[in-house]
Amino acid sequence: MKNLEELVAGTPGLERSDLDVWIKEELVTVTREQETLLFTDEQCARVRLIYTLRYELEIDAAALSVVMSLIDQLYDTRKRLLSLSAAVVTQDRGIQSAIIAAMESRSAPPK
Amino acid sequence: MNDPYEILDVGRSATDQEIKDAFKKLARQNHPDLHPGDKEAEARFKDISAAHDLLKDKEKRRRFDAGEIDATGAEQPQHKYYRDYADAPAYSSHAAQDGFTSSEELEEFLARAFGGAGERGRTTFRARGQDVSYSLPVGFLDAVNGATRTITMPEGKTLQVTIPEGAEDRQMLRLKGQGAPGFGDGPPGDAYVELHVEPHAFFRRKDDNIHVEVPVTLKEAMLGAKIKVPTIGGPVELTVPKGSNTGTTLRLRERGVRNRKSGQRGHQFIALKVRLPEEEEPELAAFLENWQPKVQQDPRKEMLS
Repeated sequence: MKNLEELVAGTPGLERSDLDVWIKEELVTVTREQETLLFTDEQCARVRLIYTLRYELEIDAAALSVVMSLIDQLYDTRKRLLSLSAAVVTQDRGIQSAIIAAMESRSAPPK
Repeated sequence: MNDPYEILDVGRSATDQEIKDAFKKLARQNHPDLHPGDKEAEARFKDISAAHDLLKDKEKRRRFDAGEIDATGAEQPQHKYYRDYADAPAYSSHAAQDGFTSSEELEEFLARAFGGAGERGRTTFRARGQDVSYSLPVGFLDAVNGATRTITMPEGKTLQVTIPEGAEDRQMLRLKGQGAPGFGDGPPGDAYVELHVEPHAFFRRKDDNIHVEVPVTLKEAMLGAKIKVPTIGGPVELTVPKGSNTGTTLRLRERGVRNRKSGQRGHQFIALKVRLPEEEEPELAAFLENWQPKVQQDPRKEMLS
């Protein structure tokens, strides 16, 4: 856990005012304890990602929320997909192959 | 670290803007959080980031160019990426329990399932290629004696398949690395070839033994003879004992199929079948008219009692 000052100090180049906006726009969630804002390790990592997108990849501030929403959807979909795959790989090889074959036949271009 | 100019793929005289643009392009392609399925993105991005940190800083760049400092510079602080949390799987408790499904296995499965779709378009993705399977019809004698076949794959590639001696119907051959090519620098998949052994006109196989029915003439059966019979290795001479009958079974030792494990050959069993003359034989008929058997024969006795 880091408080807001520690996070800003540990991320050179991060503008406090930008971080405030990201929190306000709920691009990153924080934990509030009385008047102190606290960031878990995951939230710190998310701030670093937003920082990279905004400052290094120069993504427009207005587009940032769209990009983060898409990234969140990407991770959510991956989570479902990985969980499904985890279930499939525990099946017999024959069942796995049948699933793959069924997927291939669905994704094959129409004749 | 290697030469930062090489890593960013810019010239020594690149402007700050060119360096920035090069970094942005590489960061988009390699940032681990934007490529959660790419396990090696982190290592590449670390190099790209370090190269950028050195070259974007005018003073550091000048000193590097002058040979005063090497490319290692200051080590980047080690951070975990967002994907390390966001991609933390819902299945992890399960995976940890049985230690069975690693994330690599899952990525490999996904690559098989989707043919690498999604991440394949990026040159950075690495996965083992898909396994492919074929079914190959094989003649009976090719299966028992072994043979070499060439398969032409749908994409035109040809594949040499060695059918081992004694191959069995439905036997699966694995040709390592002959499947679909890998993604990125991933290894190719394997090809699986299932053999379908065709039946033979007169040989039948039972385990390592070969069974065949061989017709003999009345005279050969009655008087005995040396006859030529087919085996899977070509014709051999066989002695038909005097007084043989339909159903008499003779054995040719070790003329069967070589066992894949023991190397021992099975036997060939020859069931004789007496065949009467196909054309009219008046002399034989006349002889039988007058023939008085020494012992009266009643071959249907047991059926009628």
